[in-house]
Amino acid sequence: MSALEINKVFKDYGKVRVLKDINISIDSGEFLILVGPSGCGKSTLMNAIAGLDDITAGEIRIGGDDVTHRSPKDRDIAMVFQSYALYPSMSVRENIAFGLEMRKVAKTERDQEVERVAKMLQIEHLLDRKPAQLSGGQRQRVAMGRALARKPKIYLFDEPLSNLDAKLRVEMRTEIKKLHQRLGTTIVYVTHDQIEAMTLADRIAVMKDGVVLQLDSPQNIYDNPVNMFVAGFMGSPAMNFIKAPLVKLDQGYGVSLTNQAGDTYALPVPQAKQGSLDGWLNKEVILGLRPEQITHVMPHRQSEPFCHTLPCRVEVAEPTGADTLIEIFFNGQEVDARIEPRSQAPVGQVMELMLDMSKAVLFNPETQDRLA
Amino acid sequence: MTNTRPVSTGERLARGGIYAILIAAALVYLLPLAVMLLTSVKTLDDIRTGNILSLPVEIVFDAWHKAWSNACTGVSCNGVSGFFWNSFQIVIPAVLISTFVGALNGYALTKWRFKGSELFFALMLFGCFIPFQVVLLPMAQTLGYVGLANTTTGLVFVHVVYGIAFTTLFFRNFYVGIPNELVLAAKLDGAGFFTIFWRILLPVSAPIIVVCIIWQFTQIWNDFLFGVVFSGQDTKPITVALNNLVNTTTGVKEYNVDMAAAIIAALPTLVVYVAAGKYFVRGLTAGAVKG
Ligand SMILES: Nc1ncnc2c1ncn2[C@@H]1O[C@H](COP(=O)(O)OP(=O)(O)OP(=O)(O)O)[C@@H](O)[C@H]1O
Ligand SMILES: [Mg+2]
Repeated sequence: MSALEINKVFKDYGKVRVLKDINISIDSGEFLILVGPSGCGKSTLMNAIAGLDDITAGEIRIGGDDVTHRSPKDRDIAMVFQSYALYPSMSVRENIAFGLEMRKVAKTERDQEVERVAKMLQIEHLLDRKPAQLSGGQRQRVAMGRALARKPKIYLFDEPLSNLDAKLRVEMRTEIKKLHQRLGTTIVYVTHDQIEAMTLADRIAVMKDGVVLQLDSPQNIYDNPVNMFVAGFMGSPAMNFIKAPLVKLDQGYGVSLTNQAGDTYALPVPQAKQGSLDGWLNKEVILGLRPEQITHVMPHRQSEPFCHTLPCRVEVAEPTGADTLIEIFFNGQEVDARIEPRSQAPVGQVMELMLDMSKAVLFNPETQDRLA
Repeated sequence: MTNTRPVSTGERLARGGIYAILIAAALVYLLPLAVMLLTSVKTLDDIRTGNILSLPVEIVFDAWHKAWSNACTGVSCNGVSGFFWNSFQIVIPAVLISTFVGALNGYALTKWRFKGSELFFALMLFGCFIPFQVVLLPMAQTLGYVGLANTTTGLVFVHVVYGIAFTTLFFRNFYVGIPNELVLAAKLDGAGFFTIFWRILLPVSAPIIVVCIIWQFTQIWNDFLFGVVFSGQDTKPITVALNNLVNTTTGVKEYNVDMAAAIIAALPTLVVYVAAGKYFVRGLTAGAVKG
């Protein structure tokens, strides 16, 4: 059963259309992540789901019921705000119990619930403090506790980790993941952090300018982006976009790449992706190749059908520890490659690189949409 | 203390000059109060023979006693004590009601915005700039219609109406600094309009409540015009009684009694300011509460 259905939702602020025809349906227990650049409408969509803001058109259903015109408290939703929004005059205990109190849960039951949540989040020793006496990470856990004290149909998290330092973020990310696995609740989660998105999500919705560009599993978003925006948004360093002419080969179509030495190579595109390429022969398309698909030569993979080796000159090298990012040029354009540190040739020298074309994607240079 | 740099003579002179100016200014401001205090404890003879700044020959509190309980304020001669309590009966409810309504207005105008709420607030601000005199006649008529003319209730009503513009302004400006997410979170938790006000907003409003109370208390206590126009014979506030006492023309002019009565009239506002003044400054500069 779908836990949340968003059908044809529009939202205008005055003359500005902030949400445009949003359609999302998620199953019970699913973890949906909304990503997108700042101002694309993520918080607006969250507020619409929670009922904190009226929508201009469309329908929102929770657990099958149409809640479009219900007030927030009747939607059975708990939300963690980016700013935590802890009630400053109340102790942690009162903060967590407030929602239960408003729903007329008896005192003894409330106390039990607070204890349970506090234990789960390891904030038992903080229960009698005021929010002002807590650190950022502790506040974050209290905010989470306030949501978890109730058992709503859906949890909404609006960038809950964005105020934390890098280490705490990673810790909390793991905690949230465990929590979701343990409780099996439906969660909609906003983040700017693509690692958070990739690690937590069952599905990711990539938004831009109030439109959902792609709603898919993390792996599919990563491997099969619908356009250049999605492709460039996920992954760090970003996918390489290389302008290259489409050529005809024995096995079908391929793209032509010229290295720094001026030698040109025609690399075939996998058969499965050739469907819509007919009109593009000898025209320029955009080849999308992630840095990890351009590597040092791995002998055991060399025999794979779409792996090709070609010599390239190392222009710049950036060691990151686990691997080294090097910059090379194809068709006169900068391209990042990710190689094993020990295999790197000194800067300015030529080394053999292996290109894995099986995951290459092609885009229309005008519309930036996916071709193949 | 740890500054071991030698202070040059020039600097010393400059500093001395600044202190001299400050002390002189303080003396000028204190002089009227000193004169009032001195005069109020002199006998009438003492006042006549000495000059205005001379110390009393003998300190007597007769004038204070008379001002409090049997000086003539117009026809009656019972001192200002009754009017003193009249003022409290006007000021306390007026301050509490206007502060409360201002808080509610400020809350609604910031956290439950409605179409036109900005315009509503702008119009309300006009209220801060309307001179007292302009509202006298319409207000008198209104009070007559509703049967509150010459009553304490009527006067309280006038002060509340006039004060709401200011209290609303204070609370609105305070509440815009309080994050909206607090209210949204409470809504999701299931709290309604008044629950959110009582449980979330009011508990963090102490600084601005203090500001409002001091401001309103001083304004209403010191008001003369509304008091003289809208009060009845027995409901006059102390400011009006003081005026009547000073202007009573029969007999000799008892400056010591006048001064004592004036000090009595000013005392409550002084006490309020001394007791809560530092919160006043703090409240005016208080920003948003950290969540
Ligand atoms: N109350 C409002 N009135 C007018 N425009 C608004 C209002 N709230 C948001 N907007 C606009 O709607 C758009 C979407 O805002 P929203 O807060 O949903 O962005 P977001 O995706 O959450 O961004 P961020 O990642 O920075 O939080 C923005 O362009 C914003 O300026
Ligand atoms: Mg946002």
